[in-house]
Amino acid sequence: MNLEELEQIAESTRLENSAFDHEINVCMGTGCLSQHSDKIRDALSTEVAASGKKAMVRRTGCMGLCAAGPLVLVDPDETLYQHVNAGHAASIVSSLGGEPVKSLQCNLREHFDDQVHVVLENSGHIDPERIEDYISRDGYKALVKALTEMEPKDVIKEITDSGLRGRGGGGYPTGLKWGTVAKASGDIKYVICNGDEGDPGAFMDRSVLESDPQRVLEGMAIAAYAVGASKGYIYVRAEYPLAVQRLQASLRDARRRGLLGHNICNTPFSFEVEIRLGAGAFVCGEETALIASIEGKRGQPKPRPPYPAVSGLWGKPTLINNVETFANIAPIIRNGAAWFSAMGSARSKGTKVFALTGKIKNTGLVEVPMGMSLRQIIEDIGGGVPDGHKFKAVQTGGPSGGCIPEELLDLGISYDALIGAGSMMGSGGMIVMDDTSCMVNVARFFVEFCMTESCGKCIPCRAGTAQMYTLLTRICSGDGTMADLDLLVDLCATIKETSLCGLGMSAPNPVLSTLRYFKDEYIEHIVHKRCPADVCAIQASVAVETEEVTA
Amino acid sequence: MQAFTPPPLPSDDKRWKIVNGTMRKNGFARHALIETLHTVQSCFGFLDENAIRFVAQSLRVPLSQAYGVATFYHYFSLKPPGKHTMTICTGTACYIKGTDKLLASAEKKLGIEQGLTTKDGNISLMTARCVGACGRAPVILTDGELRGQMTGEQMIEQLERWVVE
Repeated sequence: MNLEELEQIAESTRLENSAFDHEINVCMGTGCLSQHSDKIRDALSTEVAASGKKAMVRRTGCMGLCAAGPLVLVDPDETLYQHVNAGHAASIVSSLGGEPVKSLQCNLREHFDDQVHVVLENSGHIDPERIEDYISRDGYKALVKALTEMEPKDVIKEITDSGLRGRGGGGYPTGLKWGTVAKASGDIKYVICNGDEGDPGAFMDRSVLESDPQRVLEGMAIAAYAVGASKGYIYVRAEYPLAVQRLQASLRDARRRGLLGHNICNTPFSFEVEIRLGAGAFVCGEETALIASIEGKRGQPKPRPPYPAVSGLWGKPTLINNVETFANIAPIIRNGAAWFSAMGSARSKGTKVFALTGKIKNTGLVEVPMGMSLRQIIEDIGGGVPDGHKFKAVQTGGPSGGCIPEELLDLGISYDALIGAGSMMGSGGMIVMDDTSCMVNVARFFVEFCMTESCGKCIPCRAGTAQMYTLLTRICSGDGTMADLDLLVDLCATIKETSLCGLGMSAPNPVLSTLRYFKDEYIEHIVHKRCPADVCAIQASVAVETEEVTA
Repeated sequence: MQAFTPPPLPSDDKRWKIVNGTMRKNGFARHALIETLHTVQSCFGFLDENAIRFVAQSLRVPLSQAYGVATFYHYFSLKPPGKHTMTICTGTACYIKGTDKLLASAEKKLGIEQGLTTKDGNISLMTARCVGACGRAPVILTDGELRGQMTGEQMIEQLERWVVE
């Protein structure tokens, strides 16, 4: 494969597509598929065949706006239809070339117009199981460019200059990580793609793997070339069967096209990728635990250093990046570091994909430039809190993050700003809560999660999270005292300082951030035995007693 | 040194051949343990002692390690599932949308706690830590099929359909 051959494939695919007057894209991501969008596609195909119109019906990945699913996008007019069912197929097909079907049309321009799609540029526009579709949208150009025109060190320099930081949560500079692995001595090195999206409430990685899997493979191959690896693993959650299936198909296609395997593009570079299934352990998102899991062991982390970059999988230098990080690589190589670093804020470059969920109108996946304010994401893109309720907090960073209150909504999204606010970027979950959520109960929910997900290796995390949970349960049931609150704060500090890995170190964050911004709710539970949001089941007898006292 | 011969298949059940196939594909390497257990679970629905022993012997992994792995990961189940499985997602987005109430009413309806199967072996009630369909929260899986924006009534209706069967 070389650039001309790639261009030929792209050209012939474009030619095939240009034979059609219309392209009907049917979202077949997990969200829309759960509402039988496969049947919609079949119905549309039947209708198109019967009408004799020159229209192509295409299966695509996620279009983002899960709340309005199932979605159908008609190109080139860019008409988006929402809540479609198979019965609508006839009217959609007969409207082609004329006026769109008004009753189905989704008019959420501000939802889409404020977004900038880099990682999601192909999502909803290509068939994820057709490599030709990917190639026709500049796919694999970056890999060919890297292999034929760039030295590994040039690739690393480009990534370093772009300012890309790890999208898995920590925000470690990607170029620096690549440089360390490249410098590490040893003939055998590995590249691992972390698709163990254990963070509940986040589904960016699932969506990228389902919608544009080739992009991730291309990013991994470029990384492997840059650091000198020839073997890669993609670690995906077993809970994502569709992503796994599409990845398997993509691996097959990439091998068939000579974009994976031996002597890629007739260069000495060879690269092979295998899929490894996770088995439901949140801690495996941690690098060293993930490596243990690939080695077939229990997913327990190891103390660092040595970092995986020096001694990782089977003791060899290993590069681990998140799905979204790899998905950013190809556009950076294609368009240059300057293009990428022009987007975003001072120390957080590029865009970030967020999974917008909870009490918000337009739930789904959004991609915005770094630096955009939380308010714009929630109110403009997300459409705000529905049903006349009042916004209370937005939770970012999953069980490692925190809750951000309304007064900080004008904060621009960046790694550092979110840490400053007591939360973190995390992998990109953004869960909106309204006045029906009790913040103490939310903290308890996350602590329970960390308690059950603790691998048990180190005591602060294993015993500490259990004690935090006991204290929070006591407060939630109305039995807490102010002394419990002090104990909780002390315990948080100890767990943060002494845990072995990120899971333990960040487990107190949901408690600390809710204590920082919503301390009044804790006090309400403890002193007045009352849950302001009416979520916690405070025993009636306790509540009645206080009623009498206050009366 | 004597060459290693894998143990014979536990029975002539064809599914063991599929399990063996996974191990062979990985050259009977120790690191194929999790992959193999995945195959066992997808073939048999759960991991029983017999299966764990067989896999451990075949891959020359200490039985303690194999058992450790099987119990460490939530995805693996050591008990046979019921005829039907109701899985309720308890991820954050689903929790915010009231999945705890769904779970409570399912537990009440079936008279069992999460993680258990009804006495007649008909329905298992499970929870999942986020299936990644947060945009459609609250989400349940009925026999593995994802269903979003679930209400208590719809879920109970499904359970009743299974009971009548």
